Amino acid sequence: MLLTRDFSHYVKELDSGVAHLDLAVEGVSCAGCMAKIERGLSAIPDVTLARVNLTDRRLAIEWKPGVLEPAQFIDRLAELGYKAYPFEPLRVEAMEVERSKFLLRCLGVAAFGSMNVMMLSVPVWAGSDMSPVTRDFFHWLSALVALPCAAYAGQPFFQSAWRALRARSVNMDVPICIGVLLALGMSVVETINHAEHTYFDAGIMLLTFLLVGRFLDQKMRQRTRAVAGNLAALKAETATKFVGPDEISEVPIAAVRPGDIVLLRAGERCAVDGTVIEGRSEIDQSLITGETLHVDAERGVQVYAGTLNVSGTLRVRVSAAAEGTLLAEITRLLEHALQARSRYVKLADRASRLYAPLVHATALLTMLGWLAYGASWHDSIVIAIAVLIITCPCALGLAIPAVQTVAAGAMFRAGVLLNSGDAIERAADIDTIVFDKTGTLTLPELDVVNAGSVSEEVFQLAGRLALASHHPVAAAVARAAQAKSPLRDVVEEPGRGVRAMLDGVELRLGSPAFCGAERQAHEILEADPEVSVVAFSRGAECHVLAVRQRLRPDAAKAIAALQSRGIAVELLSGDREPAVRHAAATLGVSKWRAAITPADKIAHIEMLKRQGRKVMMVGDGINDAPALAAATVSMSPISATDLSRATADLVFLGKELAPVLAAVDYSRKAMSLMRQNLWLAVGYNIVAVPIAIVGLVTPLIAALAMSGSSLMVMLNAMRARRVRQGIV
Amino acid sequence: MEVMVILVPLALVLGLLGLLGFLWSLKTGQYDDLEGAAWRAIFDDDDEIPESAPPQKDRG
Repeated sequence: MLLTRDFSHYVKELDSGVAHLDLAVEGVSCAGCMAKIERGLSAIPDVTLARVNLTDRRLAIEWKPGVLEPAQFIDRLAELGYKAYPFEPLRVEAMEVERSKFLLRCLGVAAFGSMNVMMLSVPVWAGSDMSPVTRDFFHWLSALVALPCAAYAGQPFFQSAWRALRARSVNMDVPICIGVLLALGMSVVETINHAEHTYFDAGIMLLTFLLVGRFLDQKMRQRTRAVAGNLAALKAETATKFVGPDEISEVPIAAVRPGDIVLLRAGERCAVDGTVIEGRSEIDQSLITGETLHVDAERGVQVYAGTLNVSGTLRVRVSAAAEGTLLAEITRLLEHALQARSRYVKLADRASRLYAPLVHATALLTMLGWLAYGASWHDSIVIAIAVLIITCPCALGLAIPAVQTVAAGAMFRAGVLLNSGDAIERAADIDTIVFDKTGTLTLPELDVVNAGSVSEEVFQLAGRLALASHHPVAAAVARAAQAKSPLRDVVEEPGRGVRAMLDGVELRLGSPAFCGAERQAHEILEADPEVSVVAFSRGAECHVLAVRQRLRPDAAKAIAALQSRGIAVELLSGDREPAVRHAAATLGVSKWRAAITPADKIAHIEMLKRQGRKVMMVGDGINDAPALAAATVSMSPISATDLSRATADLVFLGKELAPVLAAVDYSRKAMSLMRQNLWLAVGYNIVAVPIAIVGLVTPLIAALAMSGSSLMVMLNAMRARRVRQGIV
Repeated sequence: MEVMVILVPLALVLGLLGLLGFLWSLKTGQYDDLEGAAWRAIFDDDDEIPESAPPQKDRG
């Protein structure tokens, strides 16, 4: 059979007549890699552009259309030592990039405006001997700069406030807009009346500080999404599709349609839902059901995306690919659970819900109070505006995004990616963590448990022989032996094992029957029914290796550390009882349930929530996705299925469980800093508002107070970078 | 004080030039990859130096 690779699905033809391809590249970590990749690819004739983006670890390639195949670039990168995979930037991601550029433009304009208005304001404040004509001239210049700048830079706030008002609700942007518009409008009136003070500087500076907050918020989400998108692309599976009766082509899953026939070889993860039409094998469904025992697959059997083909080669007729691969029930449960969760109210929203009416009422009462006291309309309104400006939620707007950004950066370094900013708030509140077992507490790959029972030399040979096979158990042996050089002339016997000749002796690796080691295998299985066995023979001498899913190396420590922080830990698994009992005992978890369905998992989490518990669910399988959505906050390892990763609020990288602990610690620290920041903002108002109410606020005081409170909040947010060291 | 009439607008125009520069740099993607850009400055692009170029002096 002829195998080709077809990634043309990802190539875009640009208007300028060149072909463009985006690649997610693994292992680009420094400038050296960047130079190596760019030189290596630019050396290919007809490549017009090869540029690495070191921030989001991506490579853009452009070339003359028609002369080069995308697979060539991937091969070239593999030669250079980098694994790459083409991907389509998500539409959401592109929109976020646009949005953050827009915010940066607004910020630039606002910063220009505030600097120059300040330059004009300071002489007015300082110049007691300034002539009224000069002062008017300066005020008019300020208006000339501030009004257009505010009109442009205020767009994000005006739009959002308008949307809120049209939906008959109030968000934090409403008082911001009212404050800014009133301040600017009043300043124009004052300028016309040759008054001593205007508020142009306060209005535009307010916008500048708030835009910093917005931009930080946006940047955090954008970066997480870009990195998560890369990892998803690198994990993205391809399918081997029949394009002719005897011709197969490796294509991205996005290019597979229902009705196509795909080839599923041993050791490959199935990428589609479909029916087996030819072949015989065993399927590992642990990611779907949590069950570690394999099921038999033969003609007519349904296979699902996310399952692993263990032993034979199958031909599968696709019933659903890409979008539609999931079981209808799981999707339905998922949507339901997600809807239920959307009622969560973010801290910022809660704060602004209180804040907006309070600010407006204070300003209104101040004005009425002064009127009652006998002040003129003009003076009363000026003082009310001063109150509005000085209370404007400048510090409040920064309080939360600044902490989120710093905490997200710290969590990123600890191996945790955030899917949303409010995940921090929800993770900080939890008092219960529910773990799935398979793939979450255990590593996704199998591991050899009795490597010590055979000699190093034998183990090495077994590992080298195993390199020739795609079988997951063989892959585990090869990995455990750290084998590098495969043996020559290895013959694979489907469903049985592999054999090769070395120095005139026959080596075999495969099922116990294939190697004549049934007795030893029986003994091992008798002692521990959990393991899978693989036999190795050299001539007449034979050994049996036991393979099982191993717990993450620091699982017990991490769970103990979580419990020491007062968090209840539970284990819910679709796997059989003995396996779950064993894991729970090893980890010191007293509450566990085995052999339960996705619906049971949701029911259990709902029950915990009804008891008033705040639950974090950590899981990786498709069967966990609805439970992930139902929990207060959810976390998945990066090895999880696409659906789980998309549902999870937090995604963790690496082999260890420590990031779960880090997520909790950093979230708690960040949450306490957010609260502190809100209190700082409140404290500032308690000091500043009375001064404004009694009418003592000059523009100088307003500007100083506002910048001071914002800086205080920013500096406090920096502390989110460090937490007390995690694991004991 | 008459000098202000010249100096102040001049300051504003300079500020405006700065702003335009910022907008231009944003539009041409100068902020897309801040980490990479920092490193690009110190690449030794030796192979792009023509053969005839004099060898660099050893300052070590």
